[in-house]
Amino acid sequence: MERVFMKGCQAIAEAAIRAGCRFFAGYPITPQNEIPEYFSRRLPEVGGVFLQGESETASAAMLYGAGATGIRAMTSSSSCGISLMSEAIGWMAGACIPVVICNVSRGGPGIGSIQPSQQDYFQATKASGNGGFRMLVFAPSTVQEAVDMTYRAFDLAQKYKYPVYILTDGFTGEMMEPVVLPPMRSEEFLAAERKANEAWAVRGRGGAPKAHKIRCGTRFGVRCPLEQKNKEDWEMYERWKKDEIEYETDGTEDAELIITAYGISARIARSAVSILRKEGYKVGFIRPIKIHPFPEIAYEQLDYSRLRGILCAEMSIPPQFTYDVEAVVRKRAPIGTCLRSGGEIIERSAIIEAAKKLYGAK
Amino acid sequence: MKKIYARPKGLYRNINGYCPGCLHSAAGKIIMSVLEEMDLLDRTAMVDGVGCCANNDNYMDLDAIGTPHGRACATASAIKRCSPETIVITYQGDGDLASIGLAETMLAANRGDNITVFFINNANYGMTGGQMAPTTLLDMKTTTTPFGRNPKEHGYPMDMCKILSALRGPSYIARVTCIDVPNVRKARQAVKDALQHQVDGKGFSMVEFVSNCPTNWGLTPLESLRFAKERMLAEYPLGVYRNL
Repeated sequence: MERVFMKGCQAIAEAAIRAGCRFFAGYPITPQNEIPEYFSRRLPEVGGVFLQGESETASAAMLYGAGATGIRAMTSSSSCGISLMSEAIGWMAGACIPVVICNVSRGGPGIGSIQPSQQDYFQATKASGNGGFRMLVFAPSTVQEAVDMTYRAFDLAQKYKYPVYILTDGFTGEMMEPVVLPPMRSEEFLAAERKANEAWAVRGRGGAPKAHKIRCGTRFGVRCPLEQKNKEDWEMYERWKKDEIEYETDGTEDAELIITAYGISARIARSAVSILRKEGYKVGFIRPIKIHPFPEIAYEQLDYSRLRGILCAEMSIPPQFTYDVEAVVRKRAPIGTCLRSGGEIIERSAIIEAAKKLYGAK
Repeated sequence: MKKIYARPKGLYRNINGYCPGCLHSAAGKIIMSVLEEMDLLDRTAMVDGVGCCANNDNYMDLDAIGTPHGRACATASAIKRCSPETIVITYQGDGDLASIGLAETMLAANRGDNITVFFINNANYGMTGGQMAPTTLLDMKTTTTPFGRNPKEHGYPMDMCKILSALRGPSYIARVTCIDVPNVRKARQAVKDALQHQVDGKGFSMVEFVSNCPTNWGLTPLESLRFAKERMLAEYPLGVYRNL
């Protein structure tokens, strides 16, 4: 296994290449410029295509076209750029195109700030475009996780023939860490997948009995009534609740307080948890690894009779992730928050302080 | 007996839903007959825009992808680059190509992406009920210019052939019309030349069809042809603008 020291954005791009990504389109926006820059250099080496779009709107439309040819393809952007991409992201969900979208998020709303933030939680998990579609959403908390999740995202996109979303942030994207890179997908594997995708791809019918039609309200190159498509998508989202939930817990069994967070905040929160435990507090930790589908089960399994509260730590004001926690906890325990926003990084000491306050409140 | 005319192979055997007298169907028929003649039907992917253009998918037996409004050239560029053996065409209206998709059109042309754009200019947004388009003529009444297009308020009609000809990227640019038989023949030749540019790998090609919209112009089909001939062609001169 290859261990290298890499910046988050570059590691994501390299992981994508190794996963078989052979197309990238994107538009410059901080803090994710290292992704398109890396792809522009690396894709030609593996016979792939890099296209700098004239805008995020165009870049996402390019991704739609590339995905429709049946190859593994990706885009990335940040927050307000992702908003511009929401048009084609909706089309790709509408037309069932397997692609990967990475949001290296920053402060908001609007142009916000270029510093890291977690203010795109609702956008990523609930409303990435019009029409009520959902996507699998990974939330890495280290560069290694960003690598591993990017690699897996391509497989899941192909498995479900649907866009898969990675929600990271400027912190993880700009940070350098040692990472173990996954193996290169073989050309034979990718060729076989591309061949299988010819069953629906739009590349000229080439003697197929029927022409392939890709548009919103088609599945696998064949038209279907829109309501039927909506229902089938919903069934898939429900299946994800069984098959795709991913989370980690630590010390929740005898916990009197739970600290819960996702992404980079979870990394900081985990460190707060270990300090609190050393000081004698019975603190448990829950971290959704995918934030959609939301791991409700992790919170359902808690022993609420022991709990003094649940502390949600996130870099968003007003909170967003906290609402999903509240929805599953249903007032069975007091919920506290530790929040930063607008590009300010959450501090471990602030999490510890908020945890102690909640601990003592009962 | 020698067969001299037949329905193009690639058209489905159904009745098209375009309004009576609309020249969309003439453009579609020409494109399909040329693709058949050049033996490209099996290699072609059509990227259709939003609006009346999107209807083509119901009539043309081609691999096809519907794109968000204005983004056809971006999607087409990506398909072509990922699958260079595919003949990639777009079919777009004036609002799609020259307004909401102006950046996508200009930048695909500027990159010289090896795609062929078919642009139907009928001077209004047809599908949505006849609003002003970038190509609406001066003084022309639309549902959003009820007193006529006034340059001080609404700007001037945009001549896309001239605008794109200012770029170095495009390889072939022509403007044609299907309002009469001699012009249908010329249109057919232009479609063939544009596609040949793509086959030869020369880069971006576009054929603009000066078209009509009897329904939203409030004219009979025959009157609409007369209007197109007298007014539209005065603003949008026919001819080959670029042929490298």
